Amino acid sequence: MIRLENVHKSFGNVEVLKGINLDVKEGEKVVIIGPSGSGKSTLVRCMNCLEEPTSGKVFIHNHELNKKSRAFINKIHSAMVFQQFNLYPHLTVLDNLILAPIKLQKVKKSDAIETAMFYLKKVGLEEKAGAYPQNLSGGQQQRIAIARALTMKNRVILFDEPTSALDPEMVQEVLDVMINLSQENNFTMVVVTHEMGFARQVADRVLFVDGGVILEEGTPEHFFDNPENERTRAFLSKIIR
Amino acid sequence: MGAFSVQKWEKLFQNFDPFLEGFGTTLYIVILGLILSLILGIIFGIFSTSHLKVLRGISRVYVEFFQNTPLLVQVFFLYNALPYVGVFMPVKTIGILGVGIYHGAYMSEIVRTGIQAVPKGQEEAAASQGFGYLQSMGYIILPQALKVMLPPLTNVAANLIKNTSILAVIAGGDLMYQADSFASSTLAYGPAYLVVGALYFIICFPLARLSGYLERRFGATPKPKDYSALLSSYETGKGEA
Repeated sequence: MIRLENVHKSFGNVEVLKGINLDVKEGEKVVIIGPSGSGKSTLVRCMNCLEEPTSGKVFIHNHELNKKSRAFINKIHSAMVFQQFNLYPHLTVLDNLILAPIKLQKVKKSDAIETAMFYLKKVGLEEKAGAYPQNLSGGQQQRIAIARALTMKNRVILFDEPTSALDPEMVQEVLDVMINLSQENNFTMVVVTHEMGFARQVADRVLFVDGGVILEEGTPEHFFDNPENERTRAFLSKIIR
Repeated sequence: MGAFSVQKWEKLFQNFDPFLEGFGTTLYIVILGLILSLILGIIFGIFSTSHLKVLRGISRVYVEFFQNTPLLVQVFFLYNALPYVGVFMPVKTIGILGVGIYHGAYMSEIVRTGIQAVPKGQEEAAASQGFGYLQSMGYIILPQALKVMLPPLTNVAANLIKNTSILAVIAGGDLMYQADSFASSTLAYGPAYLVVGALYFIICFPLARLSGYLERRFGATPKPKDYSALLSSYETGKGEA
């Protein structure tokens, strides 16, 4: 589904990714953890070409992803949920959800609204259809952003630290939506997060990224109970209290 | 015989036609000049936020050249120098080109800063959904930038109106020219300049009010829209997964 071949990414003189090889299977839930500055956000942003690799290749469904093919591939294959939500503030919740399906996927407006309301109900916010993002709490905005990602009906959903910008009491409502999503549907999910409980519960595979490389990967059981790498152990001991 | 004697006022109101004619000419130059400056402002403003260096360069040269030379020099150049290379233009055309190109440079800078004021996450959200560059400009970036741009744009528009008075020096037939020639033939300088000032005020003042109104309107948090009528025809929860 998603394949990265020897991906390197530099910003100026700083090499953030130093040769990533990764194969995410269809329907797989992959959780990426690692210290800040490790390159994990850059890694997930390479999967929809918000960052273009300096060298190496990214494939989605065997289509090579680059700046030229980005719009087309993202339109039909993937959606992203951002740390800062990035809802469109000049549009209502409903218009946020139906803009891309109508303009890009040429869905009929009535169908787009029906789909949008279905997913709004799924995230428990169907009564907020007429609200503007500024009228909503951070947790609500992020649930709307997840609904917006789902209305595209693409099979790959990328999450870039979706709960990191939230007040603590709002984290769980967003995680609950994500957990539901992972159980109900055959989505391929790649999630960058610091929520270890979520990783343990949802992940098929956990990747530990540090210094721009994948240092360790495995099932949650392997990963949290018997980590092999010294740095993984040090990181986990700091983050799990 | 003071500067504002009754006889001078009488003379003015007996010869009011030139003032009306000048008012019409000024309005004509203002409207076409505004349209020209807006078009140039949007084109060069978008150029200056482009990823292409060459477009940014073209925009930079345009802006710096016209912002850093006096409008009077530019108008004299069009009027006195171009005929030597065989380019003869009607005075009104020179007026429209002069104020349009000059203020277009200022508008370009406003469009550029307006686009740059939209958080980068908006462009990324659009790209993640599969919007191309122009689509994301049209549906997502520019509508948000417009909020930031409109108040300063109305200020530039007011300056454009006032600066059309410079055409008096090339016998532009505009409001200032008519007032000046009336005043120098009748010596009724006081009333002439007072009245002409009032006529400029009549054009500019509504713009200034509009600017204030827009600033207040865009500053306010939007109220949620009522979609109950629209949504009553959709039974939520029936959409497909």
